[in-house]
Amino acid sequence: MTAVAPVARPASAAAANTIGTIEARDFSFWYGKKQALKGISMKVPPRSVTALIGPSGCGKSTFLRSINRLNDLIPGVRHEGDLCLDSNSVYNPSLDVVALRQRVGMVFQRWNPFPKSIYENVAYGPRINGIADEASLDEIVERSLRRTAIWDEVKDRLRTSALGLSGGQQQRVCIARALANQPEVLLLDEPASALDPSSTQRIEELVYELKRELTIIIVTHNLQQAARASEYTAFFFTGELVEFGPTEQIFTSPREERTEAYITGRFG
Amino acid sequence: MIGFTYLAAILATLPLVLILAHLVRKGASSLSLAFFTHMPGSVGEPGGGMANAIVGTLMLIGIASIIGLPIGIGAGLYLAEKKGTPLASTVRFLSDVLNGLPSIVMGIFAWEVLVRPVRHFSALAGGVALGAMMIPLVTRTTEEMLLVVPTSLREAALALGYPKWRTSISVVLRTALAGIVTGALVAVARIAGETAPLLFTALGNQFWSTSVREPIAALPLQIFTYAINAYDEWHRQAWAGALVLITIVLIISLAARFATRSRFGAPVD
Ligand SMILES: Nc1ncnc2c1ncn2[C@@H]1O[C@H](COP(=O)(O)OP(=O)(O)OP(=O)(O)O)[C@@H](O)[C@H]1O
Ligand SMILES: [Mg+2]
Repeated sequence: MTAVAPVARPASAAAANTIGTIEARDFSFWYGKKQALKGISMKVPPRSVTALIGPSGCGKSTFLRSINRLNDLIPGVRHEGDLCLDSNSVYNPSLDVVALRQRVGMVFQRWNPFPKSIYENVAYGPRINGIADEASLDEIVERSLRRTAIWDEVKDRLRTSALGLSGGQQQRVCIARALANQPEVLLLDEPASALDPSSTQRIEELVYELKRELTIIIVTHNLQQAARASEYTAFFFTGELVEFGPTEQIFTSPREERTEAYITGRFG
Repeated sequence: MIGFTYLAAILATLPLVLILAHLVRKGASSLSLAFFTHMPGSVGEPGGGMANAIVGTLMLIGIASIIGLPIGIGAGLYLAEKKGTPLASTVRFLSDVLNGLPSIVMGIFAWEVLVRPVRHFSALAGGVALGAMMIPLVTRTTEEMLLVVPTSLREAALALGYPKWRTSISVVLRTALAGIVTGALVAVARIAGETAPLLFTALGNQFWSTSVREPIAALPLQIFTYAINAYDEWHRQAWAGALVLITIVLIISLAARFATRSRFGAPVD
């Protein structure tokens, strides 16, 4: 495998087991005067799949976009408390946001490939990491596309526009694009909500496969998907984290009444 | 209702078709190689061409573009980046006003500030007047093209670890580029046939000149001069000149169409 990671990562074997741990410590977030997150505390173990569920507007995307600090770009935002990746605050002033975003990949609800070829889309991240030689790029592109189980479908048309693919294929190319940076964490914001059932299933299978290698946090409105695809579930409600625990426990014996109400479809 | 829109759609293109047909009928016979390579003949004398006017028009377009494109694109970038600021709103409003300004007013104004003080008509004054007309056109199309670049693309690049400035250049500007080029070409096509701003600035010139400080010939001016004259030969030349002018505009418009077709098909929504 080529050396792809210019970002410093814990070196020892013991530390390697905890790479990709995300911890929120009493984390609150405001858009101007509007508070979107209220004192969130949770610890997402490495190499696991965590589903974020909750009614629309409860702060799921806000939480996700705080982890890679994509929300920083919105004027007038502020936060309290802390968010840590591998015990280091992502809000540490000395932290390089660009390096952070290379360690934390993101996939959006609406697939958003660049209007470029499939190959260029996947090679986009590695290129900015300074990987320029064709052989390494070829290898990374192939590996990333294989990991998203789309290599066989696109290997003969790598140089054609990514926009010519179906929605489900485009979304898998977008996941491959995020994986090409070799992130420790992958954030997926409703990655399958605009896809047909069979594409949705493929994305779910993919998520399962990937969790052996990295930490996955996935936002979904689809409770069946959450129940099937995740090991942990976090239920957000009006900016609060109501309950966080193993998915099975959340779905079969929720401790909070609000969780139960949401899961049984009484609101949301 | 459908029937009416159908009819309207046909009628909307009718003027262009009629003009083109008429120009070809009246002007094509006077077009020859000499028309492009020769200078105008003396009064009443057959033959002669509009070489100086063709070159003059191209020069005026060049000067106008040098002024209008950078300022227009720069201002458009500013408007797109600083959407809500008071300066942006003011600039946007003034651009729209400038866009609607009658071109004769632009001509008189250019004469007042560029010709009268130096007591000398010049190609430069004409180019500046045309360039000033281009600025608001280019500003607004650039802004619009940048604004339709979806936030999702910007965020995709940022989430991959692209620094903000590199995202602006390699994603936003690149994605909008085809549209900006189109807007620029459309603006060039718009000013290529302008006559009024040149009447008081470039003035026209029966002789060969490529100096920016001297009066310069231009196709629209030459057509105007010939058309209001009494000689049949000059009328024919005017028609031929009009045909050349409209061909230049059509070529630029076609180039604009071509630029819009990005290499990878339709832009993402
Ligand atoms: N850019 C913004 N400016 C101001 N308020 C915002 C902004 N983005 C989100 N909000 C507000 O913050 C709250 C949380 O929004 P968020 O997008 O995180 O919810 P969500 O749980 O992802 O909802 P959905 O399921 O609809 O995607 C909402 O009330 C929303 O209106
Ligand atoms: Mg959301």
